[in-house]
Amino acid sequence: MTNFLQALAPATRTYRDHSQPLWRRILLSREAAVIGAVLLVIIVASVSVRAFGKPITATYLLLDIAPILLIALPMTLIIITGEIDLSVASIVGLSSVTLGVLHSNGMPIEAAAVVALIVGAIAGALNGFLITIVGLPSLAVTIGTLALYRGLAVGLLGTKAVTEFSEFWTSLAKSKIGASAIPSVVIPIVILAVIFGVLLHLTPFGRGVYAIGLSAEAARFSGIHVERTKFTLFMLSGLVSALAGIYYTLRFSSARGDNATGLELSVIAAVLLGGVSIFGGRGSTLGPIAGAALIGVLASALRLANVTSDVINIITGTLLVASVVATSFLAWLHTKRIRPGKKTETLVAAKG
Amino acid sequence: MFGNTRKARVGAFAALAVSVALVATGCAETGDDSGSGDAGSGDANYAITFLPKNLGNAYFDTSDAGGADAIKEFGGTYAEVGPAESGPDAQVSFINTLTQQGVGGIVVSANDPQAICDALNEARDAGTKVVTFDSDTNPECRDLFINQATAEGIAKVEVDLIAEQIGGAGKIAILSSTPNATNQNAWIEIMKTYLASDYPDIELVDTVYGTDDDQASFDKTAALLQTNPDLKGIISPTTVGITAAARYLSTSEFKGKIALTGLGTPNQMRDYVTDGTVTAFALWNPADLGYLAAYAAKALIDGDITGAEGDTFDGGKLGSFTVGENGSVLLGDPFTFDKGNIGDFDF
Repeated sequence: MTNFLQALAPATRTYRDHSQPLWRRILLSREAAVIGAVLLVIIVASVSVRAFGKPITATYLLLDIAPILLIALPMTLIIITGEIDLSVASIVGLSSVTLGVLHSNGMPIEAAAVVALIVGAIAGALNGFLITIVGLPSLAVTIGTLALYRGLAVGLLGTKAVTEFSEFWTSLAKSKIGASAIPSVVIPIVILAVIFGVLLHLTPFGRGVYAIGLSAEAARFSGIHVERTKFTLFMLSGLVSALAGIYYTLRFSSARGDNATGLELSVIAAVLLGGVSIFGGRGSTLGPIAGAALIGVLASALRLANVTSDVINIITGTLLVASVVATSFLAWLHTKRIRPGKKTETLVAAKG
Repeated sequence: MFGNTRKARVGAFAALAVSVALVATGCAETGDDSGSGDAGSGDANYAITFLPKNLGNAYFDTSDAGGADAIKEFGGTYAEVGPAESGPDAQVSFINTLTQQGVGGIVVSANDPQAICDALNEARDAGTKVVTFDSDTNPECRDLFINQATAEGIAKVEVDLIAEQIGGAGKIAILSSTPNATNQNAWIEIMKTYLASDYPDIELVDTVYGTDDDQASFDKTAALLQTNPDLKGIISPTTVGITAAARYLSTSEFKGKIALTGLGTPNQMRDYVTDGTVTAFALWNPADLGYLAAYAAKALIDGDITGAEGDTFDGGKLGSFTVGENGSVLLGDPFTFDKGNIGDFDF
């Protein structure tokens, strides 16, 4: 049991076993397990939940999880470096209010959206500044800016909500690709997912992200710009959150300071469920996408089965805990495998 | 112990996946048992679902129970769904779900007049009738709005009550719910106008927001009395606010000295009326409101009415109702509760 507890500590990490053939490595990966779970839930729900199998389910589902998918992309990279950004939902609110206030004062929606994106990038840059240059822990900084940005958002718009957005933009946010059931918002998500995927997995910058998560000290000595990398990531996070804020505003035709309250927890849940280690150093872009899909598909199926929102939260929470425990459990199994026999034998001998 | 780790690893993944599947199927079965709205059973689709602002709110528990009674009377299927917390967009996914299920009617109290609009219109395009109650959406997003009382009626009764209790002169303040609440903001505007025209000696010094949270409302009351030591009365046009304010007053030195009135429910206010903290307060009967909303949904589903002005429909035990301007139906005049009659009510 001691071994198992030791395995829970951040020091233990597992790496893909490159002595295995590629197909086996892929099938045994954490991402494959989550994707498998998504497919399983979809199949089971299609058979057993009335109305789940209709194409409209996919439309509503994707519209619902779009902001989570967007923000999960930079969040994945941030968590891989061992940091966290809790202020994302507040930046969504701030961007929503910026768009609303500027548009209601006569600025065209395109220009207001650009300003909202800049505001988001600045908000992210402030996080990055406090974390990398001032050197404060990201947990503390972003808890602070979570309150700060939300306060600014609610303060800017006061008691009002801006709802006068042109039909063109609001229906664009909800439009579908051609005659399919897939919402158009999937297109920018796929493009961004590819960009973030390439950035993380195929560039020196991405290798640096992993290296920082495994050991910031070692990364620094290997010539990686630790501070610059983290700063860039937090700024990207602010920018993408602002983009999600624009989508959010247009989808609901409503700019309010309290838009997307609590969304950061859904994003982090999706990222962790997708196999990204909260201790840093491990994860992929695909995992969190599958994690967000799993949370969304489960919630959609359960709502259609008339399960109350409290129970849905309990199930999502349990799943998250189970997935984190499963990761550590697998890590423990892996260490047993690397050092086979001996330790177990001595343990058994000691007990005997 | 774990000789073949590869197998064990696959096993662990499989266990995770299977547990997810089990959870999904288990819940799906309960869903089928409880029988959601079935659209294709020949007769009119009386599957009517109540969607309150949030679940676990005593006010909506009462109104939805009234709706359930009505639906039982005409032999429909009652259901209640809703978000755990009342965010502006929180109801959208529930409305989408009801659209997918093809229920006959949705009876909803809107958290935001605009944010749920498109979702409701999609439901209506799919043949679902939409009745709002308690808090309306923009008129183009629903078929009917069941108005608990006119804004004028509510604002007037609360101002008259406070004026009577403080002797027609002095400083008062308002403890409202959230800054964006459709109802409360409309009432407060009318209160201001009515105060100016009929009670020039009463001065409204402050409006604070307890966000319909018990503790926040309690704290706001305390702060209000601290910043305005010469305050004579408080109007709280929200059931959460008036209860929290009464709780604060009843344990403070201000008990019986500061007048408190507003909208409250008899069960929550009973103790404070009995111990003299509160003299009188007003409300409608939320159970009647839910009851009427359910009958309105039935009339729409039957095709008896379309929600046009002048349409008349049967409201069960409440009698007959006529649709007014903007597709709204008025439940009746607000009711004043005091020491003499509070014992007759239990909700």
